[in-house]
Amino acid sequence: MVTTEKNLIIETKNVSVFYGDTPAVSGISLGIEREKITALIGPSGCGKTTLLRSFNRMNDLIPIARTSGEILFEGHNIYAENVDPTEIRYRIGMVFQRPNPFPKSIYDNIAFGPRINGFSGNMDELVEKSLIGAALWDEVKDRLRTSGLELSGGQQQRLCIARTLAVEPTVILMDEPCSALDPIATLAIEELMRDLSKQYSIVIVTHNMQQAARVSDYTAFITQDERRIGELVEYDDTRQIFTNPTDERTEAYITGRFG
Amino acid sequence: MSQIDGGRIKFGSGSDGVSYMDQDKQVLGRFQRMFGLRWKRNLTEAFIKYGLFLCAILSIFTTAGIIAVLLFEAIQFFQEVSIFEFLGSTKWTPLFSSKHFGIWPLVTGTLLTSIGAMLVALPLGLLSAIYLSEYAPRRVRATLKPILEVLAGIPTVVYGYFALLFVTPILRSISDNIMVFNGLSAAIVMGIMILPMVSSLSEDAMQAVPRSLREGAYALGATQLEVATKIVVPAALSGIVAAFILSMSRAIGETMIVAIAAGQNPNFTFNPFVPIETMTAYIVQVSMGDTPTGTIEFKTIFTVGLSLFVMTLIMNLLSQYFVKRFREVYE
Repeated sequence: MVTTEKNLIIETKNVSVFYGDTPAVSGISLGIEREKITALIGPSGCGKTTLLRSFNRMNDLIPIARTSGEILFEGHNIYAENVDPTEIRYRIGMVFQRPNPFPKSIYDNIAFGPRINGFSGNMDELVEKSLIGAALWDEVKDRLRTSGLELSGGQQQRLCIARTLAVEPTVILMDEPCSALDPIATLAIEELMRDLSKQYSIVIVTHNMQQAARVSDYTAFITQDERRIGELVEYDDTRQIFTNPTDERTEAYITGRFG
Repeated sequence: MSQIDGGRIKFGSGSDGVSYMDQDKQVLGRFQRMFGLRWKRNLTEAFIKYGLFLCAILSIFTTAGIIAVLLFEAIQFFQEVSIFEFLGSTKWTPLFSSKHFGIWPLVTGTLLTSIGAMLVALPLGLLSAIYLSEYAPRRVRATLKPILEVLAGIPTVVYGYFALLFVTPILRSISDNIMVFNGLSAAIVMGIMILPMVSSLSEDAMQAVPRSLREGAYALGATQLEVATKIVVPAALSGIVAAFILSMSRAIGETMIVAIAAGQNPNFTFNPFVPIETMTAYIVQVSMGDTPTGTIEFKTIFTVGLSLFVMTLIMNLLSQYFVKRFREVYE
């Protein structure tokens, strides 16, 4: 288990997320390390995405969703009463399963976040910096005014990453960011993630175990129990999980015997 | 052939305890029934096909017929009145002894009431659409939207009396300058009448904006208001514009409210306090009056009708253009 407490950026304590009265995930306690990549893996429907979305209070947008337990971000419970969820989402960015650029120009896609958060510096520089950060600058620098929707799927996803970088978050949550992309675009995003992890703490949900093994430093394996409630089975160094898992369910999953 | 195949499949998965002979008989019977039915069904199909085609062609003929009548009478009108008089004069007095045939007083009357109505319906409709689409809990929306749409079911003559007998007295108690018949009262009530159309269509356009766009904005720290105004409304803009234009066409073509509440004085003015006359109200006035068929006065209503038709047609074409663009936005 990951125990170097002082380096944790997010720490969940006994977190459960309910849809109505039914828990989707239950009793999750884990710590996300600063400037590392943590992968959440597990079979479909086990609650990985639900858990990920609880890290930046995206579940608040679902009327029937409810979260119990504590999620500490830099030591403060983000579900405490005086916390503004928009502030949390500004600090903890998110990249989604399918690229979702706004139907605006590439430039405005990037500038949207900084603008609403009161950025007053040089926007051109920020846009350039964000696009360079997302390894997209060279491909789009001559057409910043064209619609973000004209880019290819992989470029759109990098645009979404650039958009997230522009608000300078501390953590980036990625919900199966490559599931809608071809292998080459996937590779580009994976390389980008390795680069980004020097500056950002990244949590990625993935279905693709090879991807988790390739990019992540730590891996959490989540699965459903017999009541179809997601639970954390094992959480450790990625190498440990993939070479020498302690739980037989983990071993069964990573060797492809179920899930 | 598919029915026969269907029969075979049933045969193949045949019921237990029935001998093959019985099954063969059953299948044979089914074949006979099917071939017996076939020509009947084909006949029905043909009837339906041509029947539906006739229905479709009927509405096209009707439209074409209306346009033909309008054009026919209007051409006769323009043989007597020059188009320069029609488009150049600012006096509309075809029913008086000194006749003038300038369309502009009717156009300004129509524009005054319909633009006035849009000034009421546009902000209120857009705001209620934003509320319904972005803020209202599901249950509230499920209740409010049908209620709002009931407004659309009220006969417009009721709105007309509502304007004349309820809104106008209130307006006149505010200002003495307002006449009994005035454009303002008609415009306000017409705005209320088209409000459900604006809000319902705009709400549909906003609902069509993918949830993923909203989530993308929330994930950047946007508030609900920012998501609504900076993401949803711009993304739905062409749909919203289409809703506005359709409502505007409705307002231009609206008759009863303006005929009852706005007066029948073709005034070349944009003053909302005085009696005016819209194109539609003029047509009502002449149709209901005792103008003899074939006279120039009679022909004016076809010319006015044609002008009205051209105006709403342009509006509808514009709206179609925007709806088409709207479809392309996020696909």
